Amino acid sequence: MIMSLANPTRFLSLVSAVVPWLTALVVILLGTGLYLAFFVSPPDYQQGETVRIMYVHVPAAWLAMGCYLVIAIAALGTLIWRHPLADVAAKAAAPIGATFTFVALVTGSLWGKPMWGTYWVWDARLTSMLVLFLLYLGLIALWQAIEEPGRAGRAAAILALVGAINIPIIKFSVNWWNTLHQPASVLRVDGPSIDPALLTPLFVMGAAFAALFMLLHLLAMRTEILRRRVRALQQTQVEHAVLVGA
Amino acid sequence: MSPALALLVRDVKLAWREGGAIGVALGFYLVVVAIMPFGLGPDLNLLAHIAPGMLWVALLLAALLSADRIFHNDYEDGTLDVLATGPQSLPMVAAIKSLAHWLTTGIPLALMAPVLGLLLNLPLDAMPLLVLTMLAGTPAVSFVAAIGASLTLGLRRSGLLLALLVLPLYVPVLIFGVSTASMAIVGPGSPWPPFLMLCAISLASIVLAPLAAAAALRTAMR
Amino acid sequence: MPDLGPHAAFIIGAYAVAFVMLGVLTLVTVANDRKQRRILIELERKGIRRRSAAKPPTPRVKMTKSKPEKAGAKRKPARARKTRS
Repeated sequence: MIMSLANPTRFLSLVSAVVPWLTALVVILLGTGLYLAFFVSPPDYQQGETVRIMYVHVPAAWLAMGCYLVIAIAALGTLIWRHPLADVAAKAAAPIGATFTFVALVTGSLWGKPMWGTYWVWDARLTSMLVLFLLYLGLIALWQAIEEPGRAGRAAAILALVGAINIPIIKFSVNWWNTLHQPASVLRVDGPSIDPALLTPLFVMGAAFAALFMLLHLLAMRTEILRRRVRALQQTQVEHAVLVGA
Repeated sequence: MSPALALLVRDVKLAWREGGAIGVALGFYLVVVAIMPFGLGPDLNLLAHIAPGMLWVALLLAALLSADRIFHNDYEDGTLDVLATGPQSLPMVAAIKSLAHWLTTGIPLALMAPVLGLLLNLPLDAMPLLVLTMLAGTPAVSFVAAIGASLTLGLRRSGLLLALLVLPLYVPVLIFGVSTASMAIVGPGSPWPPFLMLCAISLASIVLAPLAAAAALRTAMR
Repeated sequence: MPDLGPHAAFIIGAYAVAFVMLGVLTLVTVANDRKQRRILIELERKGIRRRSAAKPPTPRVKMTKSKPEKAGAKRKPARARKTRS
């Protein structure tokens, strides 16, 4: 499946076929998620109505991390398997990941104000998100700084892998640095400690964000493929003009 | 003399004779630390409290200032291409050049820290430990900086880009380095656990960073 | 919609920020996609196309005006593309 997509033309026709369905899925899931979040979900007994912010904050944070995972896997694809679409996939994912990270940061700080009384605390999770955001900025800057697409793709892949190795270490050190943070409460071995009534909207919104990520990622990949074609064509056009003119 | 040692000696000599290189890093270190009290106020208690953190942050910035020279000159004049085809593997070349950067930048900066610590009212009995943590942590600084230097080789504004790429990766070094020193000054707890973590990070980056740097050098030289 | 309590502004604000950011991202993505497709169509209209887009070579308006030999002119860009990829 992945190898049969190595042909960009085949990939483009697949994107065209999938995009309408994916768009419909995003609209339905987002609509359902918002309805559940605002009208069905009960207020939390501790946090009150503010818990509704969780339904955008937590899925955005999931996607922020998931997107880095996509980039890291694509980086392996670039460096090891030399899959022609891997570096397109990584490049297309970076701005989307940065946006989700930024959304997680802003909603986290808006959640923090009523809960902690201040917009920003150096809480371990928020701090890790901030570092993740910086890593995304570095990746995007590196892509923009190198003009030759081949070198840019490989250099960004190396940086992405270095970041991927570092993220657990950063996470660990930040946790160690701030031991006041609350333990992760959704993905635990003994099952979620959040009430199911709050969990359903969370997962629906998570699915909606994931579908939105897939949609935007496919679109951005298509754009990148087209951009490279345009670049190649324009170069041949120039070379051609030079040849003919000579 | 083995080829590896010869390369190391050459790089250290070059950095030493180039003048400027080491002096500028030390001067930058001094300036950054010296202007901070103007922003924070001359309260000696406050300064003593935050001195380890300030010294570490300033050290990172000063080390990064010279980091883009690790490969730059050899890349410009073609020496790097010769080294790449030479008897040593490229990761080894990257490791030696990172080591040379540590010897000529990391160690001088670490040794200068106690002098600057005096300006910040750092307690005298904390200084040996501070220098020890810096000597233990700066290898990670140099070797990780080499990754950034090789990724940004030959690019415009490579120095700024290098800082953007590498500074987030220094978060663990900073956390454990500062914790060791402040545990020793104000507590609570023993300074050795974070110190050992710092050593672990340094050792891991000595092993892993040259591999990444060599891969990045290959993309730059292609 | 239920009463959002004393912190309604923060809740609405969080959702507004999230959806504005993601909306802007979507708009930018779609706009870029459209732009590249338009440029590509424009180039193809001029007769510049990829080697693999197997269509009978249309007369090149700009390039072949001064030189009638199409075969040689046609080959060059194909090779140039290949060396780069």
